[in-house]
Amino acid sequence: MSRAADTGEARLAPNDLLEEEAVFSGSGTNELLILACGAIAREVLAVVSLNGWEHVTVRCLPGKLHQTPQLIAAAVDAKLHELKGRYERVFVAYADCGTGGALDRVLEAHGIERLAGAHCYGFFAGNDAFEEMHEEEPGTYYLTDFLARHFDALVIRGMKLDRYPQLMPDIFGNYRRLVYLSQRDDPDLLERARAAAAVLGLAFEHRRTGYGELQPALERFVARIEVTPSPASTGDNRT
Amino acid sequence: MSDDQLDLSALTDDELVAQMHDDLYDGLADEIVIGTNLLLERGWGPEKVLSDALVEGMRIVGIDFRDGILFVPEVLLAANAMKAGMAILRPLLAETGAERIGKIVIGTVKGDIHDIGKNLVAMMLEGAGFEVVDLGINNPVEDYLAALEEHQPDILGMSALLTTTMPYMKVVIDAMVEKGIRDSTIVLVGGAPLNEEFGMAVGADAYCRDAAVASETAQALVLARRAAAAAS
Repeated sequence: MSRAADTGEARLAPNDLLEEEAVFSGSGTNELLILACGAIAREVLAVVSLNGWEHVTVRCLPGKLHQTPQLIAAAVDAKLHELKGRYERVFVAYADCGTGGALDRVLEAHGIERLAGAHCYGFFAGNDAFEEMHEEEPGTYYLTDFLARHFDALVIRGMKLDRYPQLMPDIFGNYRRLVYLSQRDDPDLLERARAAAAVLGLAFEHRRTGYGELQPALERFVARIEVTPSPASTGDNRT
Repeated sequence: MSDDQLDLSALTDDELVAQMHDDLYDGLADEIVIGTNLLLERGWGPEKVLSDALVEGMRIVGIDFRDGILFVPEVLLAANAMKAGMAILRPLLAETGAERIGKIVIGTVKGDIHDIGKNLVAMMLEGAGFEVVDLGINNPVEDYLAALEEHQPDILGMSALLTTTMPYMKVVIDAMVEKGIRDSTIVLVGGAPLNEEFGMAVGADAYCRDAAVASETAQALVLARRAAAAAS
């Protein structure tokens, strides 16, 4: 799949990175690789395209891994082994993502850096701001653009709440609010997020984050500025 | 009922227990209630109904969850079915004054509101004969220490689902060491992002990867501690 030249988003169908792996090659030398979570593919591609990085390839693992963090480290490890030697440098666009340090152990073995923080909510909102948000209300369920778009598939159908609505209190009974961390201004996604909060019976808040710490992290990688990722902050949405 | 034509009362005891395992697996609470009452009417003691029909059924569910055959929703349905059976048995067990294996205080750590795993562990431990004091979610160290002092349990169980809240277990264990009560209490830890190495690093006695393992580990460690105390 080649990248669209303008925003990097034009060729992404609504659910194409939920289930499947995808590769987006630039028109240049492609000596750099960003191995990204499919759940942030649009945002990574947007940053790449906005910067005109035609020498960067973006490979995305299926976004549905977001819901099964126990599978992430092994999936990244397998992909890194498969691609070994094919790129001059590699960056992994995942946070810890609920792997409990397992991803860091994989990346340490490969000598590769990742995005700082515990989760995509953190690097979009800013890890410090996210930590404050979580301390303010631990019972917060977070949505990003991706999660708002795929809420029905990942949460309602994914947790089988469409078949067993009686499980709602077991799964969401301790949550108090839903915070939609939006990357773009999209009225449809905003409405979806608001509807998700209503379905879950949670108070709704919307905070526009843009790409947050994702953009500078990718820019540092491409500019070859090495940083030490902090193990950083807060929670995730697993129930 | 898993089969609309099936009359549970027409089954032999062995067939009924096997059917209850199936019904638990399928999360059929109404059928579990019928089966539980039938076994009691046939003269089964509440402990035997609990262990042979309910706990064993949940053990099978736990194995298939661990092996990726069942997922969280199915386990929750099964757990709710087991709860329906336990609601019948609990007062009967209290009446019989059945001896408890031990007592556990259990809770999710501060900053974490996730309790599905913790609730499963609490249920399996109750089924195994433990008295369970459930502190709920988002517990600061002060809550754990107060509960340990009040209830004097054999075991403290701590749960966390978040990478960022699991280190809080060490805060609690360090506080127990500081107060001189660490050695008198078995500490078990669990939660999706944890592993054996983490459990050892924070100073727990054991990491339990799932509810069935937690139940087995709790029983084994309590019995081992009592045997050691008796021998000394």
